[in-house]
Amino acid sequence: MLKESVIEAIKQIVGSENVQLEETDLYAYGYDASPEFYHLPEMVVAPGSKEEIIQILAICRTNHIAIVARGSGSNLSGGTVPVEGGLVMLFTRMNKILEFDKQNLTLTVEPGVITKAINQHIAASGLFFPPDPGSMQISTIGGNISENSGGLRALKYGVIKDYILGLEVVLSNGDVLQTGGKLTKDVAGLDLTQLMVGSEGTLGIITKAILKLMPVPETNKTMIATYRSMEAAAQSVSDIIAAKITPATMEFLDQVTIKAVEDFAHVGLPTDAAAMLLIQQDGHPREIDEDIKTMAKVCRDGDAIDVQVAKDEAEGAKLMAARRTALSALARVKPTTILEDATVPRSEIAALVKFVNETAKKYNLYIGTFGHAGDGNMHPTCLTDLRDEDEIKRVHLAFDEIYQKTIELGGTVTGEHGVGLAKLPYLPWKLGRAGMRADQAIKKALDPDNILNPQKLYGEEVMNHD
Amino acid sequence: MTKRSSQIEIQQAFDQRLDRDKLLQCMRCGFCLPTCPTYIASGYKESHSPRGRIALMKAVADGEKKPDEDFYRTIETCLDCRACEAVCPSGVEYGELIEEAKQILFEYHKESRQEKIIRSMTVRGLFPHPGRLNFVADFTSFYQRSGLQKLAHGLRIMNLFPTSLQTMEAVLPNVHAYKKPLANAAYQPLIPAVKKYRVAFFEGCLMGSMFQHVNSTSKKLLELAGCEVISPKNQICCGALADHSGEKDLARKMAQKNIEIFETMDVDFIVNNAGGCEAELIEYPRLLKDDPDWLPRAEAFSAKVKDLAAILVQADFTKLPLSLPTTRITYQDSCHQLNVVNVAKEPRALLQHVQGVELVEMEERVSCCGSAGIYNMVEPEAANEILDIKMQKITAIPELQYIITANPGCFMQMNLGVHQAGIENKVQVLSLSDFLMLAVDYSQK
Repeated sequence: MLKESVIEAIKQIVGSENVQLEETDLYAYGYDASPEFYHLPEMVVAPGSKEEIIQILAICRTNHIAIVARGSGSNLSGGTVPVEGGLVMLFTRMNKILEFDKQNLTLTVEPGVITKAINQHIAASGLFFPPDPGSMQISTIGGNISENSGGLRALKYGVIKDYILGLEVVLSNGDVLQTGGKLTKDVAGLDLTQLMVGSEGTLGIITKAILKLMPVPETNKTMIATYRSMEAAAQSVSDIIAAKITPATMEFLDQVTIKAVEDFAHVGLPTDAAAMLLIQQDGHPREIDEDIKTMAKVCRDGDAIDVQVAKDEAEGAKLMAARRTALSALARVKPTTILEDATVPRSEIAALVKFVNETAKKYNLYIGTFGHAGDGNMHPTCLTDLRDEDEIKRVHLAFDEIYQKTIELGGTVTGEHGVGLAKLPYLPWKLGRAGMRADQAIKKALDPDNILNPQKLYGEEVMNHD
Repeated sequence: MTKRSSQIEIQQAFDQRLDRDKLLQCMRCGFCLPTCPTYIASGYKESHSPRGRIALMKAVADGEKKPDEDFYRTIETCLDCRACEAVCPSGVEYGELIEEAKQILFEYHKESRQEKIIRSMTVRGLFPHPGRLNFVADFTSFYQRSGLQKLAHGLRIMNLFPTSLQTMEAVLPNVHAYKKPLANAAYQPLIPAVKKYRVAFFEGCLMGSMFQHVNSTSKKLLELAGCEVISPKNQICCGALADHSGEKDLARKMAQKNIEIFETMDVDFIVNNAGGCEAELIEYPRLLKDDPDWLPRAEAFSAKVKDLAAILVQADFTKLPLSLPTTRITYQDSCHQLNVVNVAKEPRALLQHVQGVELVEMEERVSCCGSAGIYNMVEPEAANEILDIKMQKITAIPELQYIITANPGCFMQMNLGVHQAGIENKVQVLSLSDFLMLAVDYSQK
C-alpha cells in the first residue's frame, strides 16, 4: 500500500485529475498484450512534463516505489506489467509532435505520440519514418523506443534504433540526459542513445526523442509466392538473399496464419497453400521491376506453386495491411495466443521452421508460424487455451526446445518483442554469464535503487535486491 | 455504494451468464483503443476502453474483482457503438458481452433509478406500441405548434425537469413540419424500370412516428429510383432498444412479430433508413439462435434487409442528374450502420453524386456522437462530453452548411450539438433522405 502522504504529494505534482487510484481503474493497468502475466498497480499517474517526472522520481526513490513507464500496453513480453505494484506512468499528456525540421530531416516528438501519427504528420512532405512495428496504429513511439521495436521493413531499413538520433531521458537520480542530436556523426562520449533504446524502461524515463526521417521511395511493388511446403518457402528466402537482392519486406506466413488472415481481411490469399511469401520492393521503378523479375524466377525455381505480382500500389498496400493483422487474426482460432519471437540468421530459417513443426507434432500442439523472413525474425505462435493446464505445460516444454535450437542455430531469444518477464528464463542462454553481469552492472550504476521497471530484463541478481 | 448482497448476486450472474470463450477471445492487442469514444472522452482511461471493460468483466466473472460502483460506471458509460468490434482482428463479440453485462447490472443494481424509469417508459412502455408513439408524436406536434413550447421556454419550465429530459426536449425534431404532407406528392419513377425491385419498407418506431416525414421521403426516393414500395401493416419496433438494454425476451418477441409479418410479403428487399434498426434487423438470427424453429425464418428475413442508401445505389439512383447550389456538407455515420451493417460508401456516393455538393469528412469521422440509443438520456453527462468532442471536429470545418445523419438518435444528438454550439443559423442537421429530396426538388425546377 502506498502511504497517504506519497499519494498526496504525487497529486500535488500532477493534479488529482491525472491520477488514478480506484480499484476498477487500476485493474485495467495490470496487463499488457502478453498472456500469463498480471499484477495490480497501486497508482496510475499521467505526468505532463519532464519537471513533473523528476519530482515523481524523487518521491519514488525516497520511498522505494517501483515505476513502470507504459505506452499503449501493446507489448508482447510482459514488459509493462507492474510486478511490484507501485506506479504505472502514462504518457497520454506528453503526446505532442514538437518540431519538424525539414533541413535536417528530423522530427522531435514526445514519448506518448502514437507511432502511426508520425507518418501521418509528415506524409505530405515526401519523407517517412521507416520503422513500422505491427502494432503501430496503437503503440506509442516511447514504447517502441523502449522495446527497440522492429517491424516489416527491417530487412532493408533496419529497426527503431537506426532512426533515433537523440533522446532526452530523466535518470532515476533526477538528472536529465540529453543524448545525441540532429547529427549523423557524433562520437562524443559513450553512445547513450543506443544504450537507452531497447532498455525497456529500466534505465530512465524517455521524455523526448529526435527521429531520423528518410525520403519516401518513388514507388513500390508487391508480390506473393505460394508453396506446397514451408521448407521450400524458407529456402526461397535464403535464395533471394543469396541472389544479392534486399527487398523492403519479405514476410513468411504458414497455412494456419494464411487462413486466419484471409478469414479476417478477405484479400484473396491462397488458403490451400502450405506457406507463402509476401515480398515488397521499393525504389526506382526500373530497379524494382528488375528485382521483382529476379525474385519471381528464384521463387519459381525454388518450387513455388504460383507467383503473382500485385497490379498496383493500392493492391500491394492491401496485402501488407492484411499481413499486419496476422497475430490478432490468429487469436480468433483459439482463446489463448502465445506468440514467440525466435530469431535466427536468415540462412537458417528453413532449419528453424522445420524444427518448430517437428516440435509442435511432438508435443501435440497447434503452432502457426509467420514472421519477417527477410531478417530471420520468426513468430511461432501457439494457439491454445490457458484453462488447459496440461497443454500449457506442453507449450512451455516445446518453446524451451525451440529456443535451445534457436541458440544452436546462432540465433537469439527475442528479435523485437523484448525480454520483459517472458524471455527472462532464456536470457542467460543468449548473453552468457559475462553478458548478464555486464548488463546488471549498467543497471546498478544507473538505477541503484532498482525502482525503474524492476524484475525485468536483468535476471536473478538484480531481481533479488533487498 | 452497491450493497454487499447485491455485489455477490452480480458476481454470480457474471460468472454464470457471461460467455467465457468470448471474454478470452480478447488478446489485449489494444487495436480498439483509438476507436473508442469513451476512452478518448475520459482522457485515455484504460478502464473506459473496450480492452479495459473486457478485462474488468472477466475479473468480476472470475471473482477477482468486486462489482463496485466504479465498475458499474465503466460498464454503464459504454455507448455500445461497436466501433471496437469493427476493428477487432480477433473477432471479439463485444456487443454481446457488454449487453449481457448491462442487463445483469440493470437487474441487480439497486440505484439505477433514473435509468429504470426512462427505460420502462421508453423501452417497454413506448417503443413497442405504435399507437402510443403516434400519440406522443401528435402531442409533440401540438406542443410545438400551439406556442406551448415557446411559452415553456420563456418561463424556463424545462429547467424544472431532470437534465436528461431537458436534453431530450431540446433535440426533438420539428414534428409539425414533418407531418405536413409534401406539396408534390405524385412523384413518378425517373429511372426506366429496368432494375425494378419490389421492396417492403420497415418503418421503425421513432422513424414511423416522430420522423415519419423522413420515412415518406425515403419511400419517395425509392420510387424515384424505380422501386415498388409497400409498407406492411402492423409491423412494430425492431426491438433494438430492448435488445441493447438487455431485455432479450422482449426483443425476441418483437423480432418474431416482425418476421411473421414480413415473411408473407413477396419482396426482393426489406428496406430501412435508420442505422440502429438495420443493425438489429440483420442480427435477428443472433437473437433467435437458440430457437431451431425461428432461426431459419430469422435468417431468411435478415438476408433481405437492405440499407436505404445501398438499395438506392444498386437501383442506379446515381444516374439521376441531380444538382444543388454550391453546398458544403459533412456526413455523420450511424455507428451501427457503419460497424454492424457495414455501410459507409453508399451514402457518400449518393451525396457526392449531387453536383455542387462538397462533402468534407470530419476528423475521426467514425466516432460516435454520444446519442447511442437512450444513452444520452441515461448518461447525459458522459454523452455531452462525447458530443463536445464531436462538435469540435464539426466546427473545425469552415463554412459548413449541413450535417447529414443516418439515424434518428444521431439526428437529435447532432441537433443538440448544433444548438449547444450556437451555430443553428449556419448549420442545419438533415437526414440523408431529406437532403437528397432537396436536390431532387432543386433539380426539377
